[in-house]
Order: sequence, then C-alpha cells, then structure tokens
Amino acid sequence: MATTVETADGRKTKSVDYVEVDAVTIRFAGDSGDGMQLTGTQFTTTTAQLGNDLSTFPDYPSEIRAPSGTLYGVSGFQIRFSSKPIYTPGDRFDTLIAMNPAALKVNLKQLHEGGNIIVNVDSFDAKNLKLAKYDTNPLEDESLGAYKVFPVRITSLTNKALEDTGLSPKEMARSKNFFALGLLYWMYNRPMDSTLEWIKVKFGKAPKVALANELALKAGYSFGNMTEVFSVQYNVRPAALPAGTYRNVTGNEATALGMVAATIKSGLPGFLGSYPITPATEILQELAKRKNFGFKTFQAEDEIAGVCTAIGASFGGSLSFTTTSGPGMALKTEAIGLALMVELPLVVIDVQRGGPSTGLPTKPEQSDLFQAVLGRNGEAPVPVIAASSPANCFFAAFEASRLALKYMTPVVLLTDGFLANGSEPWLLPKDEDLPDISVPFASDPENYQPYARNEHLSRPWAVPGMAGFEHRIGGLEKQHITGAVSHDPMNHQFMVEMRAKKVAGIANDIPAQTVFGHEDADLVILGWGGTYGDIRTAVERMQAKGHSVAHVHVKYLNPFPKNLGDVLSRFKKILLPEMNLGQLAFLLRAHYHFDPISMPKVQGRPFTPMEIEEKAIEILNTL
Amino acid sequence: MSNQEHTTAVNDQIKVLTAKDLASDQDVRWCPGCGDYSMLSQLQRALPEVGVRKEDIAVVAGIGCSSRFPYYMDTFGLHGIHGRALAIASGLKTAHPNLSVWVSTGDGDCLSIGGNHFIHALRRNVDINVMMFNNQIYALTKGQYSPTSVHGQKTKTSPTGVIDHPFNPALIALGAEGTFVARSMDRDPKHLKEMMIAMHTHHGTAFIDILQNCVIFNDGAFDLYTNKDTRDDNVVYLEHGKPLVFGKERDKGLRLDGFHTQVVSLKDYSENDLIIHNSKSKELAFILAHMNDQPGFPLPVGIFLDIERVTYEDELAQHIAQAREKQGVGTIESLLYAGQTWEIVHDNDGTDA
Repeated sequence: MATTVETADGRKTKSVDYVEVDAVTIRFAGDSGDGMQLTGTQFTTTTAQLGNDLSTFPDYPSEIRAPSGTLYGVSGFQIRFSSKPIYTPGDRFDTLIAMNPAALKVNLKQLHEGGNIIVNVDSFDAKNLKLAKYDTNPLEDESLGAYKVFPVRITSLTNKALEDTGLSPKEMARSKNFFALGLLYWMYNRPMDSTLEWIKVKFGKAPKVALANELALKAGYSFGNMTEVFSVQYNVRPAALPAGTYRNVTGNEATALGMVAATIKSGLPGFLGSYPITPATEILQELAKRKNFGFKTFQAEDEIAGVCTAIGASFGGSLSFTTTSGPGMALKTEAIGLALMVELPLVVIDVQRGGPSTGLPTKPEQSDLFQAVLGRNGEAPVPVIAASSPANCFFAAFEASRLALKYMTPVVLLTDGFLANGSEPWLLPKDEDLPDISVPFASDPENYQPYARNEHLSRPWAVPGMAGFEHRIGGLEKQHITGAVSHDPMNHQFMVEMRAKKVAGIANDIPAQTVFGHEDADLVILGWGGTYGDIRTAVERMQAKGHSVAHVHVKYLNPFPKNLGDVLSRFKKILLPEMNLGQLAFLLRAHYHFDPISMPKVQGRPFTPMEIEEKAIEILNTL
Repeated sequence: MSNQEHTTAVNDQIKVLTAKDLASDQDVRWCPGCGDYSMLSQLQRALPEVGVRKEDIAVVAGIGCSSRFPYYMDTFGLHGIHGRALAIASGLKTAHPNLSVWVSTGDGDCLSIGGNHFIHALRRNVDINVMMFNNQIYALTKGQYSPTSVHGQKTKTSPTGVIDHPFNPALIALGAEGTFVARSMDRDPKHLKEMMIAMHTHHGTAFIDILQNCVIFNDGAFDLYTNKDTRDDNVVYLEHGKPLVFGKERDKGLRLDGFHTQVVSLKDYSENDLIIHNSKSKELAFILAHMNDQPGFPLPVGIFLDIERVTYEDELAQHIAQAREKQGVGTIESLLYAGQTWEIVHDNDGTDA
C-alpha cells in the first residue's frame, strides 16, 4: 500500500509504502559513549508497549569509554521484535544503525543481504575511517552494493534542530542518538509518547537537556516522514500474548526481583553480600535501591567477604545470597564448602562470563558448570540450577531460595551474561501465584540437636536470640545428631554419605523433565541455561519443515530430574550445544553412559538458531 | 538499641547468669598452660557482669588455636574458615543487630590471611568485639613465623631469623580508623576482664590485641611484660584522665616533647608535667601506639582510643526505615508491578487492537 505525504519544503509530495512484516531485527551500533544502550532500551520499551514479543541483546566492550572511533570501542544493542512468539534476539539483522565507520565495519557481516544501513555520514571523515581501518570510504566505493544505504547527516541535522537551545555544538551532539531513535520510530511506525514521557522524568532536573533530547527525537521522526529517500514504513503487528500485566526485564533485574520475592514468601529478612563484578553487578545495584523491602545489601571488601557475610547473616536467620561471576565464584569456593558443612541456607548466583581467569568479562559463556557442580575441596555436593531466559531468572532465583531453605544447603544458580543483560517482556505473576516457601525454625529447646535430621535429611535451624538453642557449628566434621566436633572415622564416612544423600534426594522434589516435541523423535537437541531461546527457535523451524526433532532443556543440573535418563534414552541421537567445551556432555556420560554429540561454542556470543539447525540436519542426514 | 539500653532491659534475667553457665560441655583442648585459657575464663566472667542474655551472645572464629574458642562457650558459636571470622561476624551483626557478637582470632588469622577483612571491619565500624590472641607464632601448624613475629625470631620457617618487619596491630587498627583500640595480656586477667567489659560497652568495632603466651612454640615471648620482676618497669597502663606513670616504685613517667614521648623521672618532673591519657584523642593514640617501637620505652597496655562513630548496621537500619517511610513497606505487588508496565487485556490474537 502506498500513500503520499508532504515533503519538508511543503511543495512536493512523496510516496510511502507500508510493508507488513512478521519480525524485524535491528542493531544500534556506535561508540561506547554514543548512547546506543539507551537508544536500544527506549526502542525496546516502546515496542513492548505495542504488544510485540521481543528479545534484546546488548553487546558492549569492557572499557567504559574506549578511545572513540575504534573498532574495539563499538557498543551495540540488538532487538528482535515480532508478531509471533520469539525466543532470541535474532541471528542477523534487517537494519543496522551505524553511528560511525567502526560500528559499520564491526557489524556489517551480520546484516542480511539487502538489509538497511543507516549511517551517520558526518562521522565518516578521514580520521574515523582510518581508526576503523578503512582504506577507502565504504560510502563512496562499491563495497556496500548489496545493501540499502541511507547516509544521513545525523550530527549536523541534530545541531540544526537544536540551534535555538543555546547549547554548545558539543552538547548538542550528545542528543544525536535521539535523532536516530526518532528516525527509527518513523521507519517502524512506533509512537514517540513513551520516550517523550521518559525524557521528561529522566531529565526533569536538567530542562535544557530534556528539551534538546525531545527536539532531536522529533527532528529524527520528521526527517523520516518528510525526506524523499525514506519511502518505506514497516509495520509489525502485536503478537499473540496471554492477557495480563507485562513488564520488560533483563535477567539481572529478574534475578534481583526473584530474590526479594523469595524473602517475602519465606517471611525472612533478605541479605546480599556481594562484590562488584561484571556481568553480575546490576543485581547488587537493583537490590540496593529497594531498601523499603528491608533487604540488606552489603558491598563487601572482596568476593570472599561477600559470601562470608552472607553465611554470617544466614547463621543469624536471614535468607542470604551472594552474587558473582566466574573469577569471584572461584574465590568463594572454600566458603561454599563451609556453608555446606554447617548446613545453612545460602544462594550463590554465578552470572557466567567468558573464562578462564579474567577471560571475556562482558561476554557470555557456560563454562562454570564444572565449577558449580564439582569445584570444591572434599566431597561437597550442592544443588545447581540454571535459568533459561531473562524472565526465567526470576523463577530460578525463587526456586534456588526454596531449595536452600528446605534442604539447609548452599544452592548455586547459574545464569550468564547473555541472560543477565538481555531482556524480554514478562507476564508478571501475582502474589498468589508464588508459593509459600517458609520453613519452621526449631521449636523444642529441651531436645534440640543441631544435626538431627527431618524426612528431607535437613537439620533443624535455630538462630541466635532463641533461648535454649545455644549451639556451635563449624567447618570441622560433625558428629551425627549432636553436631559435636568429631574425628571418628566411621562417623566421617556416614556424614559424607549423608550430605550426598540429602542433595541427591532433591531429585524427588523437582519437576520431571519435559520434552518439547515427540518423545521418540529421531533427534533431540539438549540444552541447559541461556541456550534455551536459540535451541527452541531452531527446533520450531525444523519441526515446521517436518523434521523429527525435539527439544529437552535441563534446568536442574544437580541433581538431574529423576526421569532424565529415561527421557533421553528414547531418542536416536542427542545433540548438545553448549557454550563450553562439553561440560554437560561430560556429566551426562558420567551419569548415564550416553554419548551426546557435543557442539561446543566459546566465542563470547550465543549460538544462532541457524548454526544449530545446520548441525542438526547434518546429523539427521546420517540416520 | 545500644548496648547500654540492652543491658538495662535485660538486667533482671542477667543476675542469674554465671561464668559456669557460659562453659560448654566440650573438653577444652588447648595445651596445658596456654594463655588462651585466660581469655576464655575472663570472657565467661565478664559477660554475666555486663548483662546480656546468653541466647543473644554469638562467638565467631576463623582458624587457629584462638579459633577453637566458640566450642568452649555455651552460647551460639560459629567456627568458620581461615581469616574470615570478621567477615562472617560483620554479616551476622548487620543482619541481626541486637546480638552481642564476639570474635576470637589470632595474629595469623586476623592480620595475615584475614588482613583485608580486619581493616574493612574497622572502617565500617560494625558493632563487633574482636579479641586477637597475639602469640607471635603460627601455633596450630606447629611453629612458623607470623605477621607479628619479631625481627630475627627463629621459627621452623625462619631458621636463620625472621626478615619480615612485624605488624604493630594497634597501629593498623588506628590507621583503619577503628573506634576502639586496646591492648592487654593473658597474664593480667583482671585487666583483661576490664577491657572485655569496655569492649562490650563500646558501640562500634572494638579491637583488642591480647599478648598471649604460647607455651609450646614461643614460650616466654612476653616475659618482660608479664614477669613480676620486670613488668612494672616495662609496662605502662593507659587510664583515661590519668597521668602516664610506671615503674616498680611508680617513679617514672612519660611526657611529650613535641610529637615525641620521653621517659622522665618523677624526681625531676611532677605528675602535672606528664601525658594525661586521653582515650578520645586520635593523635595521642597514634603517638602511644608507636612508642614501644623504640628501645627504652614501656609497652602501653589499656585503651588507646575509645570514640563514637555511627555503626554500619545502625545507619543501614536508618536507610531502610527512611525508604519505608518514603515508599511504604514493599510487597510482591509493589515489587513486580513497578516501572514501565503495560496491559494486554484480551488474550491477544495477533491483530491490531
């Protein structure tokens, strides 16, 4: 459908085509100081409110303000939105917004052939071209021939729109991301209201900045509307989503919310001992600003103090947490062993990143599975669970808390940098949807035995302040029932086995493993954690094409669901994509004698559904 | 609630608590003659005097001879891991502010592996009481030098003499802006008990360096200060508001000459010329803590510094109260249905509304 609108000078009219599409993927890219994360987040909020399903993926360098114009300083934000349910931020994008030559160079290879490139042509000067290692200006040679290129003078048009604000050119240039956002709003037929409202609130104390951003946003929108070169507007209808109240959340936000919800539903005060570390820090930040929930955050002097303060708080009767990433997890190892030995509840959240050592701090990986399951001195089993999507982090944090309290044990929750920073719309649960996870404290002081056990093999919890329950616990081996220090050889064997049995018994208390697709399909794609969306997308596409393929996604990594062995035994082949060199594959071989086909990827970026599908088809072709 | 208020509130019940009530049923397994026995019996005597409920006492420890202490107290106790007692205690007190939290630690546990937690606990001023049993040796691992071992000390890991320069614990505590810094000795039980009572009364982190004799691996390290014949000439007791006088005949004193201390004879000077101890002065505390690094000066024992600063847990509680006043007490509803939310009214079929 085409329509005509007036152009900027009001004399000519232009023709605009409306194109209906199911799904769109956009990548905003620029210098790390260009405000691309903010631009992407605003586009996301507006899109979520329109009722599209969506998934986002921010991709930023570990430097805060890397030297401008450089390839390693490029910050990106990807959003995929759709009129159908989607699970991933997309393999390739349809539109790339490149605020400088480096952003173009870094991202071009992921752009669909024929895709749109909107470039800020003002930044394509000799200096920036050189920094991006372009020998010739790609806007002037044939290298972009396969794409639709829209060179827009974003900086100068922004400055022109702001010329009456009294701001300096440098200050004006800071609003150029809003110009780009406005242009994209026009192109994808989104209203500006939500962002205008946000600007009002966010910059309420700086009215000049608020005005500048508002003018830039509107200027970008009008530019799309009035300029001849932009002749196509895309429309993506709302997705089929269940009724209810929604909110867009990142994985780290959802984790923090799950932690607070668990304290409310357990009736216990919350405590987080944590040390800032990428990509887990936002959890600490989110909780620090929610003091009205009575949740205490303690920014510790180091990772060890983070977990140790949490153990102290747990001894004092709090539902305690510590949050970290791989290197911090390594430092907490000894203390997790202590929590296991004194049998106090503790939730350890590891937002995994590329390792080993400092590795790739801002990039996701799933390589801490061994560390979580096996990485302690002595026989030291702890329950391990993994979140599968940004919103799922809420339920995973809540579930980890439930298990920690019920079984008086440290529990490790694994998320990753992809889930932590990625976002998706979340159908909010209601108070009554969340179960009561409170546990009774010990009640009979006369007969209190710190290491007696209930039917779940958990010991009774008695906290300081409870008269008549004075007792001592510690890292030395305990005498069964009394908890006195014991070096008795048979008691040690008994207690080691008891702790293992307690954790193994959790298999009776977790949901059975489900299968997406036929339970006896030729091929199952097995995954855990943050690969959920990519695998599900691949499996849905393959099923639609008639392939015999199913998806099994494991949320409980220790212990495994009781039926996991049975479930997996029915498939001819198991394909296991993991963002490590095959850690779950290794554990499965040890438990079940299966031999999954391991598909390792450690490139600091998630799998794409395409590569999973290709590998799966290759396997199906051998059957 | 401050310690004083707490004391008043529970005074009735406290009268019945005795030292014996605080002894656990475990056999004490320190070596015969170990200085640690003194700390145990003095804390068991001090606590009934200060008036605190038995169930409100928690003793936290790390690893080392000192750190077996919690097992011998019939209170709540947590024997943690090496060096981490102060972190565990900080979390416990922050989460549960009305407890009387005691830490037993050693010179290795506190100053070496736990050094980071030590300085940060002091600057935060969490209201915990830290007793550092300083025997200038690693005893539980059988005789290696510690961060307070003296230069030249021969140990299993320094057969030719220690070349590390030792820490001065009081100076570190002052440097980390501790609000209560004291020193005592295992062989002076009366003084030790007084110090424990003062620590309990102090609201904020209270640190005491307790010179403790290890009969097996470093016997006699503090003889100069504890032996009847030599102690009076080599120890000066710090008492707030009193002149610094010492000596067998009480005939010597300390006076200030600029920033420096001088040992003077009371034949030449009157008590008015001497330093009048002021435990509220940070400057004086530094001068006195430095003093015995120089030869010829007595070892100061007592309270170097005892000042008030808001505690970590009190300020955190204030912030929580303020947030609740402003935003209301949080609920599931206010937690989740916040920020930018939107409604989908009907189960959306995918067409435009």
